Amino acid sequence: MLGLETHVELGTASKMFCSCSTVFGAKPNTQVCPVCLALPGSLPVANGAAVESAIRLGLMLNCSIASWCRFARKNYFYPDMPKNYQISQYDEPLCTDGYLDVAVETPDGPREFRVGIERVHMEEDTGKTSHVGGATGRIHGADYSIVDYNRAGIPLLEVVTKPIEHTGEFAPEAARAYVRELRDLVRSLGISDVRMEEGSLRCDVNVSLMPRGGTEWGTRSETKNVNSLRSVERAVRHEMERQAGLLDAGQRVVQETRHFQEASGTTVSGRSKEEAQDYRYFPDPDLVPVAPSAEWIEELRATLPEPPAAKRARLQAEWGLSDEELRDLVNAEATDLVAATVDAGAPSAEARKWWLNELSRRSTEAEISLSALAITPAQVARIIALVAEGTLTNKLARQVVDGVLNGEGTPDEVVDARGLKVVSDDSALGAAVDAAIADNPDAAEKVRSGKVAAAGALVGAVMKATRGQADAGRARELILERLGAG
Amino acid sequence: MSAITRDEVAHLARLSRLALHEDELDQLAAQLDVIISAVAKVQEVAQGDIPPSSHALPLTNVYRPDEARPGLDPDQALAGAPAVEDERFRVPRILGEEA
Ligand SMILES: [Zn+2]
Repeated sequence: MLGLETHVELGTASKMFCSCSTVFGAKPNTQVCPVCLALPGSLPVANGAAVESAIRLGLMLNCSIASWCRFARKNYFYPDMPKNYQISQYDEPLCTDGYLDVAVETPDGPREFRVGIERVHMEEDTGKTSHVGGATGRIHGADYSIVDYNRAGIPLLEVVTKPIEHTGEFAPEAARAYVRELRDLVRSLGISDVRMEEGSLRCDVNVSLMPRGGTEWGTRSETKNVNSLRSVERAVRHEMERQAGLLDAGQRVVQETRHFQEASGTTVSGRSKEEAQDYRYFPDPDLVPVAPSAEWIEELRATLPEPPAAKRARLQAEWGLSDEELRDLVNAEATDLVAATVDAGAPSAEARKWWLNELSRRSTEAEISLSALAITPAQVARIIALVAEGTLTNKLARQVVDGVLNGEGTPDEVVDARGLKVVSDDSALGAAVDAAIADNPDAAEKVRSGKVAAAGALVGAVMKATRGQADAGRARELILERLGAG
Repeated sequence: MSAITRDEVAHLARLSRLALHEDELDQLAAQLDVIISAVAKVQEVAQGDIPPSSHALPLTNVYRPDEARPGLDPDQALAGAPAVEDERFRVPRILGEEA
């Protein structure tokens, strides 16, 4: 059995309960104020945009939206929160009881699983603690900690699934498919940049097994802060194997928090949960209840985007893709990029070809995601148009891509600056053709005597002389004309 | 009937990171008992049609526009820190727990 708790860091301009900036990567403790530092006398006020984002995500996940709910204080002693509590929601979450359908590839074809959503609630992120001294970065053996509160108070949505059963051996793939679908859905809402590598989307993975022949689920483990899609899948697989090993050996699974080790793909034991945490939740008296009216909810419902799954199905039909072609597109994370390129005027087949081949290769080389490449769908569409109108050959177009990725400007600017236009005007081309004929008398003679195939050598000479910029078709026409074989 | 046991006081003290002596536990258990009993009286009165309230004001939906504004500068922010290192709050290490 699988359970996933996913934290989504919202892309609001300001924090959840104060007006501090949320920009990533600022100098330590430069985005803090009396509220998020918990100075005496400060009062939190909820960020309306964050509440709206929470409602919209809840609606996208088919949840019921509470007509009245409160924030609660989760009390604990840890220096990542200066208040000694984190503002969260406890028994009154804003969104409850939804679902998200995900598809998993199996050897017998795609299988769909419906993942129940238990709740979506609002809370605030914690500060960033670094451990100094002792072992590298790990808390064990650290002599002291230093804390940056820039992140403390950034709005988070926590999405908690219901127990996911019936995925059987495909649990790792199902977990990954769920997180990916949730990520795409959040991205389509535009409420977070959902960059797992920057921690704006992170997962806790709960796994428990049912012993063979048993009827009840065993003790579960909770693996914290799994920060990539691949890691989600690996963490689940590793936990299944580890727990199965324990059960097969007649040992018991301990209820505990575990940490995922990126390098080895395994999990290691963190703190034991034998003694349940006592967070003494109670309603935060500093914050008034959130009571969205039916009108407000309907207003927000009207702003919802097309769900990613529906969009994929629509694009598959519009572009005439096979299931396999669609899957390639999805796996390459290229669907939205191709769609934007098509919106910018490119034919879908060309857009798909560029993003899946040339640009995928570049992103792999640079070890960044496709969407992080320094080229926009509109620029790709422009390059495709330049090829279609004959200004560029495919080879030249790849050089234009080089230039754009290099920061040399727009495709048109790169074409001008690098002088990459196809040479097809007859006067410029004519000179190159004459030179090629003069330099290759044997080939020229063959063509004159009717062996038209020999023209290839002359076209090659023209292309070489023009550094690949000649319009090969036009060059061939001119050669045949000149040699009376046209 | 006692509203709070000595063990519960010890548990609360541990959660609050308060080091209490044995005799303090007894003393506080008795005092807390009086407070909790007094609150319980209020609960007796406020039954049925009076919902429990967590807020003094009958307000809902108080929101702030999502606009970033400058907060404290780092010197101000760190002025109250017990110790500072690398522009960060320096605090004792925490044993056994990673939040
Ligand atoms: Zn603040």
